[in-house]
Amino acid sequence: MGRLAKYTRRAFLITSAAVAGGVAFGVYESWRVPPNPLRPGEGRAALNPWLIIARDGAVTIVTPRAEMGQGTQTTLAALVAEELDVAWEAIATIHGPPAEAYYNGAIMGLGQPFRDYDIRPWREKIREATDFLPKMLSLQVTGGSTSMIDGFAKMRLAGASARETLKLAAAKRLGVPAETLRTEAGRVIAPDGQALTYGTLAEEAAKLDPVRDVVLRPPAQWRYLRRPMPRLDMAAKCTGTATFGADVTLPGMKFATVRMNPARAGMKSFDAGAAEGMAGVEKIVDLGDGIAVIASNTWLAFRAAEAVEIEWEPPAYPGETDALEAEIAAALDAPANSHLRDEGNAARVLESPPEGAVAVEAEYRLPWLAHACMEPMNATAHLDDTGHLTIWSPNQAPVLARDKAAEATGISADDITLHTTFLGGGFGRRAEYDFTVLAARVAAAVPGVPVKVMWSREEDMAHDFYRPAAVARMRGLVQGEKAIALEARVAAPSVTRQSMQRISGFAPPGPDKGHVEGIADQPYAIANYSVYGHLADIALPVGFWRSVGNSFNGFFHESFIDELAHAAGADPLAFRLVHIRPEHAPSAQLLEKVGEMAGWEAAKRPGTGRGVAFTYSFGTPVAQVIEVGESPGGIRITRAFIAVDPGIALDPAIIEAQMESGLLFGLSAAVFGEITFAGGAAEQANFPDYEVLRIHNAPKIAVAILENNRGPGGSRIGGIGEPGTPPAAPALANALFDLTGKRPRRLPLMRDFDFFL
Amino acid sequence: MPYTITVNGSRHEIDLPGDVPLLWVLRDQLGLTGTKYGCGVGACGACTVHLGGEAVRACQLALEDVDGPVTTIEGLGTPAAPAPIQQEWIRHQVAQCGYCQSGQIMQAAALLAENPAPDDAAIDAAMAGNLCRCGTYSRIRAAIHAAARRANGG
Ligand code: FES
Ligand code: FES
Repeated sequence: MGRLAKYTRRAFLITSAAVAGGVAFGVYESWRVPPNPLRPGEGRAALNPWLIIARDGAVTIVTPRAEMGQGTQTTLAALVAEELDVAWEAIATIHGPPAEAYYNGAIMGLGQPFRDYDIRPWREKIREATDFLPKMLSLQVTGGSTSMIDGFAKMRLAGASARETLKLAAAKRLGVPAETLRTEAGRVIAPDGQALTYGTLAEEAAKLDPVRDVVLRPPAQWRYLRRPMPRLDMAAKCTGTATFGADVTLPGMKFATVRMNPARAGMKSFDAGAAEGMAGVEKIVDLGDGIAVIASNTWLAFRAAEAVEIEWEPPAYPGETDALEAEIAAALDAPANSHLRDEGNAARVLESPPEGAVAVEAEYRLPWLAHACMEPMNATAHLDDTGHLTIWSPNQAPVLARDKAAEATGISADDITLHTTFLGGGFGRRAEYDFTVLAARVAAAVPGVPVKVMWSREEDMAHDFYRPAAVARMRGLVQGEKAIALEARVAAPSVTRQSMQRISGFAPPGPDKGHVEGIADQPYAIANYSVYGHLADIALPVGFWRSVGNSFNGFFHESFIDELAHAAGADPLAFRLVHIRPEHAPSAQLLEKVGEMAGWEAAKRPGTGRGVAFTYSFGTPVAQVIEVGESPGGIRITRAFIAVDPGIALDPAIIEAQMESGLLFGLSAAVFGEITFAGGAAEQANFPDYEVLRIHNAPKIAVAILENNRGPGGSRIGGIGEPGTPPAAPALANALFDLTGKRPRRLPLMRDFDFFL
Repeated sequence: MPYTITVNGSRHEIDLPGDVPLLWVLRDQLGLTGTKYGCGVGACGACTVHLGGEAVRACQLALEDVDGPVTTIEGLGTPAAPAPIQQEWIRHQVAQCGYCQSGQIMQAAALLAENPAPDDAAIDAAMAGNLCRCGTYSRIRAAIHAAARRANGG
C-alpha cells in the first residue's frame, strides 16, 4: 500500500501540474527531484534523471518514454533543450532505464470519470480521478498518447533546473553572483563576456543541489517548440544504423526462437527428435508451456522449431469465431457494467417518441484485430557468470517488463538490467511483457550465453493481445434536423480488466471507462443521451490496440450519427455541427475547417462519395473527410482531409506525420483487418492474409492543425499518437454509403465492398 | 563447402546450408542488421537489397542462389555521408518507427536507377511491395520525387 499511496500522490501532483496549467509558463514551481538512476561514468555528468552532459559538451537527453515511431524522443528532447539553451546538433537521446523517476503521471488521467472537453471544475475532478483509478503498479509506460501531456512541464523543468544549476557552478568558479550570468548555446556567459562551456561545468554542477525554483519561458520566447524540429532518430533510421530489438548483437550471441501454444494454453508434450539433428541447432529448451530452439542462425532456428512435434492443451475459451461472437452479443442482454453517459431520459423518449420523430436502429459488429508491428516480437537476454541478467527489449513498459522477468526467472529485480531499444512499431502491443519474459526464460536456460529470441511473423500473429471484437446496438430519434435521443449499448471483452489481471492479479471492479471511451465522452449535445457498457468475460487475450476503446466506439458512434443525419434528411457535416457547436466550440471549428479543406460545400466530383467523421480521444479532437471513387479496378480511397486540434502544437511536422499514420492504421483495419479463430488459434498468420494499405491504394492526405483547444489557462495539450485512428473507419464507411447507398454495419469492409487492391 | 558472396564490395566465405535465405546470412552471420525481417514470405519488402543492382527480397533468395554482388542499406551511405536518396529521406523526415525504411530506400534507389523521373504511377508500381505499418507513404512519395529532381539537376 505504501508504494501505491506514493505513486498516487506523485501522480496527483504531476497530473494537476501538467493538466491544470498552473506550472505551464512563467510561474515559480518548487520542484521535487526524484532519485537519479543514472550512473553516466567518467567524463559525463547527470544533472538530473533527464540529462547527461559530457566534457565535450555533448548533451544526452534521457527520455522516460519509448520511441516507436511517434517522434516522442525528439519532442521530449526539444522540451528540455528549450530551457537548457543548447544547440540542436549537440543533442542525442537514450531511453531511460526502469526507474521511479520516469513514471508517467498523465496515464492516471486516462481513467478520469469525466469528459475531457468538459474542463470546468478542474482540480476536484483530477483528485477524483486519481482516487477512482485502478492503480497501475508500474507507471513507466508509453501509452494512452500521454508522453507530451506528462512531459510538457516535467521535461522543461528538467532543462531549466540544469541550466540554473550550471549557472550556479559557474558563479562559484568565477566568484560572481549567479543572477549576473546568462546562457547561450551550451555556454554560461559572464557580464565581462567570459564564457564557460557546459561540458567544463557539468561535473561540478552535478555535485550541487539541483536548483528547484525556476521560471519556465513563455511561448513567445520558444525556439524549439511549436515548430518542426529535425527528428533525432532520422539519420540512423535512413541508413540502417538504428538499433531495434531485433538488431541487438553481442559477442558470442546465439539465435533462438520460440513456439508457444497458438490456442493460448499450455503444452502437453513435445518430440524434438527430428529437430535435434537439424543444421545449426544447438539446443532445444523445454519451457514447460512451449519450446525454444537455440541455433547458430535465426532461420535455422525457425526451421527446426517447426519440425518439433508438439501436443498442445485446449484453450480456456470458445475456439471458434462464431461462438466467441455469440458470447459478446449475449453480454448485451446481461446487466451493464457502466452507464457513464446518462442525460435526459433516453429510454422513456425512445419508448414513446414525440409526434413527428423518426426512429433509427442499427447493430454494428467489429472483428478482432492484430497489431502486426513491422518488427515481430523479440528480445535479447544474457545471464552472466555473476548471476546478473541483462535484457535488451523493444518495449513500452520497462519496469513492468523487468519485474515480470524477475518473477518468471526467480532472479531479483535488482539483479536485472533492462535496456530499451528502438521499437519497430508498438501500437500498444509492446506494452505487454510476454516477449521480454520469454527471452529472459530462454537466457536463464543457457547461463553465460547471450541469446536473441526472435519470433517468426507467424508466431507474432498467433500470440497477439488482440483488439477485442465488439458489438453495438444503437437506437435514436430525430426530429427536424436534430437528434433528440441516442441510446448506445456496447459489448466487448474488457481490455482494462484483462490487462490489470495480468499485471497485478487483480481486475478492478466498477465501471470500465476504457470500454466506452469514444462513445460516452463525445462532445455532442443530445437531450436524451445514454451509453451503456456491457463486458463480455472471455479469456482470449486482448490488449491495447492504438486508440483502444475509441477504435471500435468511434466507428459505432460516428456511423450512427451519420445514420441519424440521413434519417433527418440533413447534411452529415451540418448535422454534426448542430450538435457539437453548443457543447464544444473548438471541436465545431475543426469540423468547419475540415469541410473547408474538402470543399464540402461544393458539388462532389463525379463518381465519388464523401464521408465525414469526428472523434475526441486522448485529449485531442480530430475531424476527417474521406473521399472514395469508382475506378475500373474497384473502389479507391482517393483523398483524405484531417483537421486536428492538440491544443499547443509542440511539433507540427510530427503531428502531421502522426495524423497520417493514425488515419492509415485505422483505414487498413477498416478495409482488411480481421482475426478469426479456429480451434482457439488465429487463422491469419502473415501479411498475405492480414493485408494493410500500401502506397498505391492509400489516399492523398492533407492535414490542418488548429490550436483552439488550449483550455482556460491557454497551455493545454492533448495526445497525438492515437487520436488520428478512431475517425478513419467511420469516415470511410460514411463515404462508401454516400457512394453506393449501402450502409456498412460490419468490418472489414472488403467483405462487402469491392476495393481497388 | 562454404559459399562465397560479395556484399558492399567485400567478399565473405559463408559456412551455412545453401538454403538459408540471404537475409539471415546478412543479419546473423555478417552483422549487417540494417536489412530487416518483416514477414519472411516476400510480402512486406523490409528485407529489400540489391543483387547486381536489382531490388530483390533477401528473405526469398537462398544463399546458394546469390549470383552477383549484393548491396545493402549499409553500402548505400552512412549517417556521416548519406547517399542522395537518403539525404532526401532525411530532408522529408520520412521515417517513423523506421523499421521498414531500409527496404523502402533500397526499393526506391533501384527504381530511380532504372527510371530517373518516375511519375506517381511508376512509384506506385515499384513501391507497392513495400509496406509501412506506420503509414509514411506520402513522405516516401515526396522524397522519391525530390531525389529524382535532384538527380536530373532540378
Ligand atoms: S521479410 Fe522479406 S519481404 Fe518481408
Ligand atoms: S516507418 Fe514504421 S513501418 Fe514504416
